[in-house]
Amino acid sequence: MKMEQFNDRNVADNGYFLVDIEDYPTDGWGKFKRVVKRSFRGELFVGLWVVLREMIKFDIHTVQYPEEKLPIGPRYRAVHEMKRLWESDTERCIGCGLCEKICISDCIRMDTKIDENSRKEVSEYTINLGRCIFCGYCAEVCPELAITHGGEYENASQQREHFVDYEYMLTPIDKMKAGTQMEFEGFGAITPHEDERVKKTPLAY
Amino acid sequence: MDTAYLIETIIKVVVILLIFSALAGIGTYFERKILAFMQRRLGPMYVGPYGLLQVAADGIKLFTKEDIIPTNVVGPIFKIAPVITAATAFIAAAAIPFFPQFTIFGYTVHPIVADLNIGILYILGVMAVGLFGPLLGGMASANKFSLLSAARTAAVFISYEVVSGLSILAPIMMVGSLSLIDFNNYQTGGISHWIIWSQPVAFVLFWIAAFAETGRTPFHLIANDHEIIDGFGTEYSGMRWGLFFIGEYANMFFISFVIPLIFLGGYGDGSLLGALGLIGKVAFFFFFFLWTRAAWPDVRPDQLMWLCWKVLMPLAVINVVITGLVMMF
Ligand code: SF4
Ligand code: SF4
Repeated sequence: MKMEQFNDRNVADNGYFLVDIEDYPTDGWGKFKRVVKRSFRGELFVGLWVVLREMIKFDIHTVQYPEEKLPIGPRYRAVHEMKRLWESDTERCIGCGLCEKICISDCIRMDTKIDENSRKEVSEYTINLGRCIFCGYCAEVCPELAITHGGEYENASQQREHFVDYEYMLTPIDKMKAGTQMEFEGFGAITPHEDERVKKTPLAY
Repeated sequence: MDTAYLIETIIKVVVILLIFSALAGIGTYFERKILAFMQRRLGPMYVGPYGLLQVAADGIKLFTKEDIIPTNVVGPIFKIAPVITAATAFIAAAAIPFFPQFTIFGYTVHPIVADLNIGILYILGVMAVGLFGPLLGGMASANKFSLLSAARTAAVFISYEVVSGLSILAPIMMVGSLSLIDFNNYQTGGISHWIIWSQPVAFVLFWIAAFAETGRTPFHLIANDHEIIDGFGTEYSGMRWGLFFIGEYANMFFISFVIPLIFLGGYGDGSLLGALGLIGKVAFFFFFFLWTRAAWPDVRPDQLMWLCWKVLMPLAVINVVITGLVMMF
């Protein structure tokens, strides 16, 4: 799907123009003239022709939803995903807890432990989607680009409390092996050409 | 009255009732589909192939829904109002010749229930009584929107009635009879004999009045969903609401029969081709009702009254006078 036409906010260049509206008549004769003009100008037939033309063209725009779906933008903020490192396939999350801290609706709960290699590891991690407002703060704050938003928006549930846990969000290992993990382009993601723009830290301090 | 005539009439009544009740249902299907296509949608698609069984689903829903009489309504009037709308629509059909007469098993059938000598007056009169349904239903309901709708019904009632009556007067003067069969026979000479060529103004006026009569879109102000919810139908549910619905659609079909019969030659000389021609004309007028609904905006009640009293009625009177002068000299 092409986004350019929607991202272009410069409406003046998009064919907008001021409509030429005549002053309303105030006296009886002017009103009478307007009635006659409107009656015989055939504006009603223009309307009839427009809808008939659309019917003949049969250019149907209906999306039959459960069978067909519209593509959603890559920046869309739906149910979260946990990414893996491209290099080693291990989880990106380092258990820093920033996402839990920043979450304004307090819907992330996590717990960490020290694993056998003396590294911090996530032991519990759930997001209550009934509370989440999909603001994107967690994805923005994450230093490791670990938690991001995905495109899964069909999360109707029988109760308000509806949780997703770490295993559910984590990129499956077979998908990772196949190299089909998608990077998120929204909040907190690396902007394109980041390498060229980044300034080297001066070493002499 | 002999028995054969009685039996024939009863059969005709039953056939007309069944066909037009079914047509009212199928009419809703066409309405949804055509409106959808004109608005680049698909319309009903899920029930049956291309949504064809949607009509059946709606019928089942209407029949099995609970019949609610809300508190605070005036019970008897509330109950009788939908019946008035549906019944008068069908009663009016008694004087409409739907087909030329034909012979089946050596028996000549006149596809008209009663060829009254005041046919057209009878049809217009009884159809007008149908507006008592919205009027009474709206006043018997206990909410403001229904009451508004009832007031609008009265406004529509006094506006269009005078136009339809006066506009039809000029053709009546030409034909010299009120029976629709006489109207048809007057125009059997082919397209050049159609009354529309000699009475174009009357044709347009009557057509406009037909929109007000059936309450279709440019004049859909009695039950205008986006202003007054469903107007008189707000408190109705189930089959009582369905009766209003059937009445409205049957009225549309019947008026679509009346316009071609009066102005467009009807079924012509009575051959099969003529009968098919009449069906084609009816289909066009029915389609036009749906077409305008997709294309045109609604007018306000005051605009409708302005239109009927200040524009259409003078035009109709002038038309009658000119017709009289032309006939006199
Ligand atoms: S999107 Fe916002 S509300 Fe949802 S988990 Fe992240 S920070 Fe919390
Ligand atoms: S998801 Fe990101 S912010 Fe949250 S604990 Fe893991 S690394 Fe920290």
